[in-house]
Amino acid sequence: MPSFALPSFLPLAAEAVTQKLVTLGVSDILIIVGYFAMVLGIGWYLKKQTTTSEDFFMAGREMTAWIAGLSFLSANLGSLELMGWAGSAYQYGILATHWYWIGAIPAMLFLGIVMMPFYYISKTHSVPGYLQLRFGEDSRAFAAISFAFMTILMSGVNMFSMAKVMEVVLGWDLNFSIWISSITVAAYVALGGLKSAIFNEVLQFMLIWAGAALIPIMGMIEVGGWANLQAKIGASYTHAWSTLGSFQDNPMGIHWTGIVFGLGFVISFGYWTTDFLVVQRVLAAKDLRSAKMAPIIGAAFKMAVPLIVILPGLLGLGVLDVKLVPESVAKVTPGAHSYNEVLPIMMARYMGPGLLGLGITALIAGFMAGMAGNVSAFATVWTYDIYRPFLNKKASDAHYLSMGRWCTIIGIFVSIGTAYMVMRAESIMDYVQALFSFFIAPLFGTVILGMLWKRATPAGGFWGLLAGTVCSILMWLWVLFDETAIRYVALSPHAKPMAENMYRALWSWIICVAVTVVVSLYTRPKPDEQLTGLVYGATPIPGEGDVPFWLRPIFWAGMVAAVFVALNVVFW
Amino acid sequence: MNLDIRLPIGLLFAILGGLLIVYGLWTQFSDPNMYDRSLGLNINLWWGLVMSLFGTFMTWLGRKGATEKPQQAH
Repeated sequence: MPSFALPSFLPLAAEAVTQKLVTLGVSDILIIVGYFAMVLGIGWYLKKQTTTSEDFFMAGREMTAWIAGLSFLSANLGSLELMGWAGSAYQYGILATHWYWIGAIPAMLFLGIVMMPFYYISKTHSVPGYLQLRFGEDSRAFAAISFAFMTILMSGVNMFSMAKVMEVVLGWDLNFSIWISSITVAAYVALGGLKSAIFNEVLQFMLIWAGAALIPIMGMIEVGGWANLQAKIGASYTHAWSTLGSFQDNPMGIHWTGIVFGLGFVISFGYWTTDFLVVQRVLAAKDLRSAKMAPIIGAAFKMAVPLIVILPGLLGLGVLDVKLVPESVAKVTPGAHSYNEVLPIMMARYMGPGLLGLGITALIAGFMAGMAGNVSAFATVWTYDIYRPFLNKKASDAHYLSMGRWCTIIGIFVSIGTAYMVMRAESIMDYVQALFSFFIAPLFGTVILGMLWKRATPAGGFWGLLAGTVCSILMWLWVLFDETAIRYVALSPHAKPMAENMYRALWSWIICVAVTVVVSLYTRPKPDEQLTGLVYGATPIPGEGDVPFWLRPIFWAGMVAAVFVALNVVFW
Repeated sequence: MNLDIRLPIGLLFAILGGLLIVYGLWTQFSDPNMYDRSLGLNINLWWGLVMSLFGTFMTWLGRKGATEKPQQAH
């Protein structure tokens, strides 16, 4: 899930904490250097194959389901994500898994089975590109500009957070971390384009597992199994649903309706099905079946991610002698560590020289995967959805290719600029996260109506998107200036900021859908022949042919859904 | 596609795994107290073995894929 859903885990760490957690030995450095050499090598090798803009922005549309699926997941699994959610697990207990299960799995399966055919058959190159085909230039321009702007800001926020972690954990200088990691990402994405980003994301995904999997294994051995851990930290930290009956019963201050409808339906569907950062990876699949399978494979692995993210946080509650404190407290207390550092702390607890290098590599790999995801999506949207339609309509393919390369590099520099801005005023981070949340939910409303409802008109789509976004901003401002307004926005005066986020998303989605429907009914619909390949009911979806059931996406979607239900029952 | 991603992944895991094995064996004798923190297990050695096995398997898959007929290769 997007990190914006959880404002409390930012900003990371503080000047007050000066002693670093670990020191790297020669073997650790060797591992990290090996990793850098490999990602750059892949980028360099793929440069030869990247000769057209289709290669650069769409990875030549030749990815298998496995590669597309793993990179789809990996682009989302940034280091901020890893450490932020481990910290949330320490703070809120197993409730944090909702962001991995109900907050992702239904949406990913829905993307694969229902939405992917329209994205894929329309041959669009991006989500704003789909909006242009379905609703016209206005919607595209609105979605593209907001997406490009937000993506690049988010990328800077992630960069800063990563550098901060490296400072706290290893004592590395902020500037050093920022420049080394971003120049590496710029190099391999600018050289090999999306293909290089995708291939490296698959590699990074495996490295994240290799570096982090030992934490839950060692932790479980130390506490002596799940039952012992449960006895140690208490039932309220190990039950995912049974405390969600009222706002006061759980540490998040949230009600199950917020989780199910706000998070599970609107935020998660918005993020996983319309955030171009992730959808771009699936669009690069080689055929429709692979495009449908990719999110399903991603979902299967997504369900396992809490093992290396949530479980270390819970284990931290059980085994650490020191108490971790909220970020705001850690900032003013010398020597104190915040929740968000629980993952590196657990890493340092079990891993000595050697493996520690691998663990640090996992954190760097996670950061780079997220960063590359942001810049490759930014370069595509900028070149295809802003530069080509509005600034320079008729240029050669080679021109757009080099535009993509330069965009990647410029995008990274803008991110670096953002990172330095955040360094001066850390509150910027919260605003960027909030900004990002304004666009996701209404965009989902517009895209889903566009795909499933033939009657939706171009005017309806545009005004719905605009109204949903503006209302989201207004609600946010309302709560910002008048804290008591939370009783209206989130339905309860006891709601916490996270709950407010969820309900705000829900309202803005409802507003977007309502406005789209009303405006559509008063405006002239597009004729059916213009909707072919874009909308349900006007699109012949090719059959899967005579393939055995175990090769069908729907079969695997069913399997993933069954495991998903079982997990929620087990951890009820 | 011309690059099979299993090859670089396999290679990197095999190399890093090998490095951990060597380092694990070396520290087993030179600095055994180092593993107190990991409950007495030489995790460098064991995790190195796991990683190099995985790396070898991926490399084998990648090489197998490269020798199969192009239309069968995925």
